[in-house]
Amino acid sequence: MKILTNIAVSESGYLFNPTNGDSFSSNLVATDIITLMKQNKTSDEIKKALQAKYDVEKSTIERDYDEFIQELGDNYLLSTDGK
Amino acid sequence: MSTETKEKLRYERPMIRKMNAGLMNKFGTRTEYQPTSHIDTVPVKRIIEQYGSPCFVISERTIRKTYQSALRAFKTRYPKVQFAWSYKTNYLDAVCKVFHQEGAWAEVVSGFEYEKAIRNGVPGNKILFNGPDKTIAELKQAIENESTIHIDHFDELYDLIEIVETSKKKAKVAIRVNMDVGVYPLWDRFGFNYESYQAWNAITKIMNCEKMELVGLHTHIGTFMLTAGAYGIAASKLCDLAMNIKAKWNKSIQYIDMGGGFASTNTLRGSYLPGNDISPSFDDYAEVITSTILNYGFKQEDLPLLMLESGRALIDDAGYLVGSVLANKRLADGRRATIMDFGVNILFTAFWYEHKISPAQEFTHHSEDMVVYGPLCMNIDKVRESVNLPLLNRGDHVVVHKVGAYNMTQWMQFIAMRPNVVMIDMKGEVHLIRKNETIETLTDLESIPAHLNAFKL
Ligand SMILES: Cc1ncc(COP(=O)(O)O)c(C=O)c1O
Repeated sequence: MKILTNIAVSESGYLFNPTNGDSFSSNLVATDIITLMKQNKTSDEIKKALQAKYDVEKSTIERDYDEFIQELGDNYLLSTDGK
Repeated sequence: MSTETKEKLRYERPMIRKMNAGLMNKFGTRTEYQPTSHIDTVPVKRIIEQYGSPCFVISERTIRKTYQSALRAFKTRYPKVQFAWSYKTNYLDAVCKVFHQEGAWAEVVSGFEYEKAIRNGVPGNKILFNGPDKTIAELKQAIENESTIHIDHFDELYDLIEIVETSKKKAKVAIRVNMDVGVYPLWDRFGFNYESYQAWNAITKIMNCEKMELVGLHTHIGTFMLTAGAYGIAASKLCDLAMNIKAKWNKSIQYIDMGGGFASTNTLRGSYLPGNDISPSFDDYAEVITSTILNYGFKQEDLPLLMLESGRALIDDAGYLVGSVLANKRLADGRRATIMDFGVNILFTAFWYEHKISPAQEFTHHSEDMVVYGPLCMNIDKVRESVNLPLLNRGDHVVVHKVGAYNMTQWMQFIAMRPNVVMIDMKGEVHLIRKNETIETLTDLESIPAHLNAFKL
C-alpha cells in the first residue's frame, strides 16, 4: 500500500493533498507513519520503528496500523496503482 | 531496559482529521477538555487501583456545598425554609446522612424508603411520606410515628378515614395537588387536580374528619423543569388553596411543599445548548417561588413554611463514575467507537443526559468524533451517541461527570454486577460506602428444585 507521492506533510502534522485540495491535521504517530511511507518503508519497518519510539505493545500497533491504512484509503490518500 | 521504556513516548492511536475551513461541525466548538486526573484531590488512578473499574465516586464536599447554596438561595428570600431529602434520588445511607447532617428531613415514596429513613435515625415527624403505594400497615406506622402522610388519591383518603377511626393518634396529612402550570405533558396522574376542584373536594373531606389534621399542601410539577416560571404558577395555586382553607375553616396551613424538579446542570439529550447555559439556578427558582408566596397576601403569622424536595439538583454534581476503555473500534461506516467498561446498566441517566466524559490522564490536542458504547450485548447500550473526545487508548481511564442522581437507585443488575461506591470525605479520605456485588449477592437469593440438580452433558 503506497501513499500518494505528492502529499505534503509538515512536521507539525499538517497534511495537504494537492490533487483535490483536501487538508488534514494528524497526530504524532500518524505523521510518523506517513513520513515513513513517503520514504517507501515497508509496513514491517514502519511498525518496528513505532515500537522503538513509543511505549506500546506490538499487537496494538498491528491493529491500529491496519485501521489507519484503511482510513487513509477512505480519505483518498493512497495511490491506487501501487496495488 | 526499564530506562529505555521510560524514555519512550506516550503512544496514541494514529489519526488524521480532515479540516473543513470555516464550517462549524455539529459537535460544536473544538473540545477544551481538561483531563480529570483527580477528584477532590484524590487521584482517579488510585481509586481504580483500590476499588476497581468502574466505580462510583461521591464527593461529600460537593454535596454540602450544593446543599448550602440551595438553602442560601431560599433563606435569604424567605423566613421559613425546610428541605426534605428525596430518598429515591440517591438512598445510599452515607449520602442520606450527609443531607440529614446538613438539616434536611426525609421525603420517601415507599415503605422500603420509609424504613431506610427510620433506620438512618430520622425522627418520624420529620419524614414526609409521598407516593401512591402505601399499605395499611405502613399508613398505621406513619400515623404512630407522627409522620406527614401526603395523600395521593381518594382510595388512600378513604383508607385513612377508616384507619383513624380506631387509632389513638390523629393522622397528620397533606394532599398532593396536580395542576396546569403551562408545562406539558401535565403530571396529572399523581395527587388531586386543582382546576377541577378535586383538590378542594379532598380538602373538604379531610377537614370534616376530626381525626385528621391537614398540615400541608404538596405539589411536584415535574422533573428537570427548565422554566422557573412554572413554579410561580404552582405556588400561587397552592397559596390560593391555603387562603381558601383559612377563609372557610379559619385554619392556617403549616407548610407549602413545592416538591422537586429543579434542573441540574447536566445537558439533556438532543439539547442544542449545554445545561450549564440553560438550566435555571437555585436563585432563579427561589426568586419566583418566594416572591409569589410573599406577595400572595398572607398575614405575617400565617406565612407557611416553605418545604422543598429537590433531588437531582442537589446530588447530580457530587457523583462521578470512573471507568476504563475496553476497546476501540472502527464501525462499518467509518465512525470511531469506544467501548467502556460501564454502560446503561449502571449509568441509567445516559438515556436522558449527554454526560460529560473526561479522560483521567494527559492527552494531546488531537480529538475525534466517536460513539461511546457500554459493555452490554445490547444495542441500547450507548453512553454517548456522538461525542468529540481526545484519542483514548485501551486501558485509559475516564471520568463521567454529574451522575449523582438516580443512577445509584435505578441501576440494574443486568449482565454485570453493580460496582463499588466510594465517598471522598471533607479531608480527602476515601471510604467504601457500598460494596460491589458478587455472584453470591444473586445466587444467595436463588434456590433450585431438587429434581434440577443433576444433569449430564
Ligand atoms: C414527590 C417527589 N418529590 C421530589 C422528587 C425529586 O425530584 P427531582 O429529582 O426532579 O428534584 C420526586 C421525583 O420524582 C418526586 O416524585
